[in-house]
Amino acid sequence: MQQSTPSPEPIVSLRDVQKSFGPLRVLDGVSFAVERGEVLAMIGRSGSGKSTALRCIDRFEKVDGGEIVVCGHRVDRPDVDLRALRQDVGIVFQSYNLFPHLTIEQNITLAPCAVKGMATSQAKDLARKVLAQVGLEEKLLAYPEQLSGGQQQRAAIARSLAMQPKVMLFDEVTSALDPELTAEVLRVIEQLAADGMTMVMVTHEMGFAKGIADRIVFMHRGKVHETGPASILTSPTTPELTQFVGTGNLKS
Amino acid sequence: MSLQLDFPAVLERWPSLLGGAALTLELAFFATVLGALFGTLAAVGRSSQSSLIAGACKVYVESIRNTPLLVQIFLVYFGLASLGLKLSAFTVAVAALTINVGAYTAEIMRAGFEAIPRGQIEAAEGLALSRLQIYWHIILLPAIEKVYPALTSQFVLLMLASSVCSQISAEELTAVANYIQSDTYRAFEAYIIVAVLYIALSLVMRAGFWGLGLVLFPRRRRLGTPL
Ligand SMILES: Nc1ncnc2c1ncn2[C@@H]1O[C@H](COP(=O)(O)OP(=O)(O)O)[C@@H](O)[C@H]1O
Ligand SMILES: [Mg+2]
Repeated sequence: MQQSTPSPEPIVSLRDVQKSFGPLRVLDGVSFAVERGEVLAMIGRSGSGKSTALRCIDRFEKVDGGEIVVCGHRVDRPDVDLRALRQDVGIVFQSYNLFPHLTIEQNITLAPCAVKGMATSQAKDLARKVLAQVGLEEKLLAYPEQLSGGQQQRAAIARSLAMQPKVMLFDEVTSALDPELTAEVLRVIEQLAADGMTMVMVTHEMGFAKGIADRIVFMHRGKVHETGPASILTSPTTPELTQFVGTGNLKS
Repeated sequence: MSLQLDFPAVLERWPSLLGGAALTLELAFFATVLGALFGTLAAVGRSSQSSLIAGACKVYVESIRNTPLLVQIFLVYFGLASLGLKLSAFTVAVAALTINVGAYTAEIMRAGFEAIPRGQIEAAEGLALSRLQIYWHIILLPAIEKVYPALTSQFVLLMLASSVCSQISAEELTAVANYIQSDTYRAFEAYIIVAVLYIALSLVMRAGFWGLGLVLFPRRRRLGTPL
């Protein structure tokens, strides 16, 4: 399948996705789509299924039913080409998960060299480029443990960017950081959005979501309870979202 | 009663003693290298999705850990002989020691593998690395690093335990001591000297592992964190 030509197809689309862990129904018919260049922010209470939905997109969880298409890959099918899918999708987690025994440069060059067969010198140039993008050029030769939490998270973002993904997934990437470090990570994501990166992000930063997101998905009990443009955060229609944004979550 | 020690009577056999020490070190070297490989594969095998492979690895590890080394050596020795294979005592000793230390290494490495946070593996999967690449680039070295002191002790123990190979007349250090004492009737002196030589060999091995650690874990060297 050819994906490089621009198409009207969304980059990510979920249709009626079902997912249970044992008796617990975590996703109960979730549908949404993300167009090229769009930023989708997923919000909702803890346990509402946000992480699970995000992980299904990159097939860290297998769905029980429904359809997921990501950059042309049928993710819901058992025969999906996982390695091709994951070259198109970058994912960043709350716990940065940098590889502790490798320098920042090695963290970044590993996948381009091992997966794409990129030459070392070319990968090193790429590492410099993506580190500049996240403002960490000077940390090239440092080890992860020598970096602050915010720096580690930015390095993790750079590591994902080096694979030149078509879409980036962020799962509460600032939740482990204090406000100052949060701000520096959010600035990086803002810049990515400005550069036109397609993104799906789970976040608790309501003010940030409001400023950056083209679309909000409010998850509640495994369902997309309310969705729409960022303005739904200021004028929600369902009582659940009203309560959710009312509980002091909306700061800007 | 007075204790009269005659060390020169034993020490004049220094070429045999050195030869024995060299053979012990050689046995330990080959069994360590092969056992490390073998044990790591068995540790990987125990978490295999194939229950046949996982089961086979478990049976191997448990049966070795619950039988005496000397019995294992005899099993290899007489087993190979009854198959019509005529191998040198040295080869049989390396084979038996490898099988033995491989099982202990497997258990230690399994603990190392389990100490790798799940998130590390998910991050690697998210970067499209294959299973093999993840083991090789992400899991292996940090796992070894986490259990390096235990591995070092295990391999030093193996070197000491190789003394039972004297039973199949491998000419290692203990075998040399056995036959010097029967020649000179200076048993106590012979074993004191051999004990000192074993201590020296242990120190050599520990120094070797320390040096290897510097090469394997450059981050430790850079950040000055001891193992
Ligand atoms: N691997 C799992 N096994 C069992 N239950 C899980 C697993 N992952 C998530 N859950 C459960 O699914 C529900 C939704 O989790 P999650 O998607 O992480 O929510 P959120 O990210 O919105 O906080 C929670 O009740 C959680 O305990
Ligand atoms: Mg979550």
